[in-house]
Amino acid sequence: MNSNIFVIIASSAIFYGTPLFFAALGGIFTERSGVLNLGVEGTMLLGGVSGAWASQHVPGSAWFTVLAAIIIGMAAGALTSTLLAFLCVTLRTNQTVAGLAITIFAGGVGLSSYFANIWKVAEAPVDRQVRRLDVFGWADAPVVGPILFNQTILTYLSWVLVVLASVYLFRTRFGLQLRAVGESPQTADAMGINVVKYRYLHTILGGALAGLGGVYYSLAIVPTWVDGMTKGAGWIAIALVIFGFWRPSITLIGAYLFGALQSLSSTLKARNVQISGDVLDALPFFMTIVVLVLVSTRFAHRRLGAPAALGVPYEREER
Amino acid sequence: MTSAVRMTGIVKRFPGVVANDGVDVDIRAGEVHALLGENGAGKSTLSNILTGLYRPDEGTVEINGQAMQFSSPRDALDAGIGMVHQHFRLVSTFTVAENVVLGEPDSPFMMDQSRVAQQVEELSNRYGLAVDPSARIWQLSVGEQQRVEIIKVLYRGAKVLILDEPTAVLTPIEADALFKTLRAMVAEGRTVIFISHKLDEVMKVSDRVTVLRGGKTVGTVETANTNTRELASLMVGRSVEFNRVTRSNPADVSHTVLTLSGVSARDDRGRDALHGVSLTVGRGEIVGVAGVAGNGQRELAEAISGMRALSSGHIDVSGERVQSGRARSAIAKGVAHIPEDRLHTGLASSHSVEDNLALKNYRSSSLSKFRVLRRKAIRAQATDLVQNYDVKTPDTVTPVRLLSGGNVQKVLLAREFSSLPKVLIAASPTRGLDVGAIETVRARLVEAAERGVGILLISEDLDEIMSLADRIVVMYEGRLVDEVAAEAADRERLGLTMGGSTVSGGAR
Ligand SMILES: Nc1ncnc2c1ncn2[C@@H]1O[C@H](COP(=O)(O)OP(=O)(O)O)[C@@H](O)[C@H]1O
Ligand SMILES: [Mg+2]
Repeated sequence: MNSNIFVIIASSAIFYGTPLFFAALGGIFTERSGVLNLGVEGTMLLGGVSGAWASQHVPGSAWFTVLAAIIIGMAAGALTSTLLAFLCVTLRTNQTVAGLAITIFAGGVGLSSYFANIWKVAEAPVDRQVRRLDVFGWADAPVVGPILFNQTILTYLSWVLVVLASVYLFRTRFGLQLRAVGESPQTADAMGINVVKYRYLHTILGGALAGLGGVYYSLAIVPTWVDGMTKGAGWIAIALVIFGFWRPSITLIGAYLFGALQSLSSTLKARNVQISGDVLDALPFFMTIVVLVLVSTRFAHRRLGAPAALGVPYEREER
Repeated sequence: MTSAVRMTGIVKRFPGVVANDGVDVDIRAGEVHALLGENGAGKSTLSNILTGLYRPDEGTVEINGQAMQFSSPRDALDAGIGMVHQHFRLVSTFTVAENVVLGEPDSPFMMDQSRVAQQVEELSNRYGLAVDPSARIWQLSVGEQQRVEIIKVLYRGAKVLILDEPTAVLTPIEADALFKTLRAMVAEGRTVIFISHKLDEVMKVSDRVTVLRGGKTVGTVETANTNTRELASLMVGRSVEFNRVTRSNPADVSHTVLTLSGVSARDDRGRDALHGVSLTVGRGEIVGVAGVAGNGQRELAEAISGMRALSSGHIDVSGERVQSGRARSAIAKGVAHIPEDRLHTGLASSHSVEDNLALKNYRSSSLSKFRVLRRKAIRAQATDLVQNYDVKTPDTVTPVRLLSGGNVQKVLLAREFSSLPKVLIAASPTRGLDVGAIETVRARLVEAAERGVGILLISEDLDEIMSLADRIVVMYEGRLVDEVAAEAADRERLGLTMGGSTVSGGAR
C-alpha cells in the first residue's frame, strides 16, 4: 500500500516542496514590501553551504549541531539579502540588476563554491542531517503515514509558518502596514510608517527564509554539499510567489506541485519507468515558464494583485 | 489671538528650482486660512514641509507658539497636523476602514475591522462625509476618496487640517458640500488651511488669504476686505482679464476634419468609459471638451489618437477611417496628440530633446536612410524647432525631463505641429504651466487653428475653454451631455452639466 505510486509521489512532493516553500515565503515577504529579490538562488546556495559547514564543524549533541546549522544558514541568507536591501532601498539601484548580480556573485560558480572549497565542505559527507521523523510512530500507517507523519521537522515548521505568515499579513496591524508599503509607499510614508525600515526588515527576513531553504538542500535532500546543488530552485520560488498570488497558503500548494514534478524523475526511475530523465528534470522549469507566461498576460496582471510598487524604489522628495 | 501655525522664512530648494523662497505664513487657531497661488507657486511644497514630508533648507515652523523640527510625517501627525494631499495618499486595494487605521501606532495588534468601521461611520455622520467603510478605494469616485482622506485626518484627531487643492477633482455641488464640512470643523475649534488657485472658492470659504507667487509670500489679507480682482492681481503680479481670443480666420465648419460616430471604449480596468460618443470637428475649429476629470476624457483622447481600441463605433479623419487602437494609423491620417501626462505618454523623458523631436518622423527619408538614423539631420531639425518654438534648453542633447514644465510642453508642441497635422487633440495643455508659458501655448493653439487644424481641446479649466473654443461640449460619465456655441456659453449651465445635472430639456 505504502509503495503505491501515489503515496510515494505525494510524500516526496511535500519533501521536495518544503525548501521551495521556504524560499517562496521569503519572496512573499520581500515582494509585499515592494522589493523584488532575484537573488534567491544565490542566497539559497550561501545558506546551504554555511549550513553544511556548520553541520560538520559545530560541536555538541547532534540536534544542537543541526539547530546551529539551520540558524547559521539562515543568518547567511539574511546577510546576503541585507546587501540586496542596501543596494535596492538605500542606494535605489535597479532591483533586477541588483538581484541578478547577487545570484551570479553568490551562485553556483561564485561565492558559495568558493566557500565550499576553502572550508572543504564537499570532501566529507554531512553526517548530522535533518532527518525524516516518525511522528507518533505513525510513519508506517497506510497512505497518510508516509505523506504526513514521515517528514522532517522543517516541514512541520513550514506548516506552522504558513499559518503565522497568513495571520501576520492579513490580520495584524504590521501586516497591513507592510502591504501598504508595497502598494503605495507614498501613502505609507504620509501615514507615518517607516518605509525604509519595513523594506529592510522584510528583505532580510526573506533572505533568512531562502537561506533556510538552502539548508534543507544540504542537510535533508542531498544531503551533502554539491556546487550549485539547488539547481534553479530559487527561480522556481520566484515563480511560485506569483503563482500563489503573494499568499502563503496558495504558495504552499504550488510548492508541493513543483515538489512533485521535481521528485518525479527519481521516483519513476526507481520504478523502472522508461522516460528520459532529462525530460523529467526539465519539467519544473517548463512549468515555471508556463506559469510565468500565463500570469504575465494583461488579464492576469490586472487581477492577480501584485504589489503595485513592486520593484520601484521610493524617495520621499521625488515626484 | 494665538497662532496655530507660524512658518517663517521657509526656503526649500529642489535641483534647479527654489520652490519656497522665504515664505512667511501665520495661521490663527480656528480659522479657514486660504493659501492662494498659481500652479508652481510653491503651495504644495510649503504644506509638505508642514506635514514633515519635506525638510526645509531654512526657516522655522512653530505650532501653538512652540518651535518644531519635523523629521517625518509621524512627528507632524503627533503634533496634530493632518493633510489631504493633492494626489491622494490612499492604498487603492485596501478598504476604507483599512486606510483609515493605517499607520496608527496605538491601534491593536490584531485588526478589528468592524470596530474601525463603526468609528468611520460615526465620523462620517458627524461631518456629513458619506462613505461605506467596507468599500475598496478603487471602487470609489474621486469625491468619495477625498472624503476618506478627510476622515483619515479626523480619525487621528488632527487640530490643523491642510487641504491641497481639494476642489480640483470635485463637481461644483460636491465642492459646496466640502465647504460646509470645513465650516463645521472650524466651528469645533479646528484650524483649516485651504489651498487653491481658484479665486471664487477662496472668497467663499476662507477667513483670511495668504497669496504666494514664485515661491514668495506676496501678502496676507482678510477675505472680507478684498475681492477677486485684487486677489487675482496679487496672484499673477499684474491685472488679468479673461477675454475671448479673437480670431482673424474663423473656423470652416463646412469641412469636417474629424468625425466620431458612436465611439465606445473601455478604461484600463475594462469598464465602459465611453458610451457612443459622436462628435465632429471642422477645419480650423476649436472644440472644447469640458468636464470634471475622470469622466472619460482620457479615454476619448486615447481613442482618437489610436492608443486605445474602440469597443464600437468608428473614427474618420478627413473622410479616412482610422484603424482602431493603431497609433501609427492615426498619425498617418494626420492626428497629433498632446497628452495630459506629457513626461510619460508624450515624451521619452530621459531621452534628449532632439530624439524626442524626431520620435514621430524618424522614418521619413530625410531623417533616416536604410533604417539607419541620420544624426546630423535630426540635430538640424531639432535646432530649427528649438529656435522656432523658443524652447529654453542648454542644447539639443539635454534630456527633456531636465527642462521646466513650460519648455517640456513647447518641445511636445513643436513635435506635434511639425508633423503638419489635420487634427490636434490637446489634453489639459496648459496644466501646471506658468503664466508666460500658458500664453505661449494658447497662442500656438490659435495659430494652428488659423492654419486650418481642427482642434479638440480637452480641459478642466472652464476659463481656458471659454476663451479659446468655438464650440463647447460637456462630458459626463463617458457621454456628451451638452453642446453650446462658445459665445452663448454660460458658466453656470456648464458647471451644472459637468456635475451631471440636466439642463432644461437637455440631454441625458
Ligand atoms: N519633488 C520635487 N522635485 C523637484 N521639483 C519640485 C518638486 N516639488 C515641486 N517642485 C517644483 O517646485 C515648484 C513649486 O511646486 P509646488 O509646490 O508643487 O507648487 P504648487 O503646489 O503651488 O502648484 C515648481 O516649480 C515645481 O516644479
Ligand atoms: Mg500643488
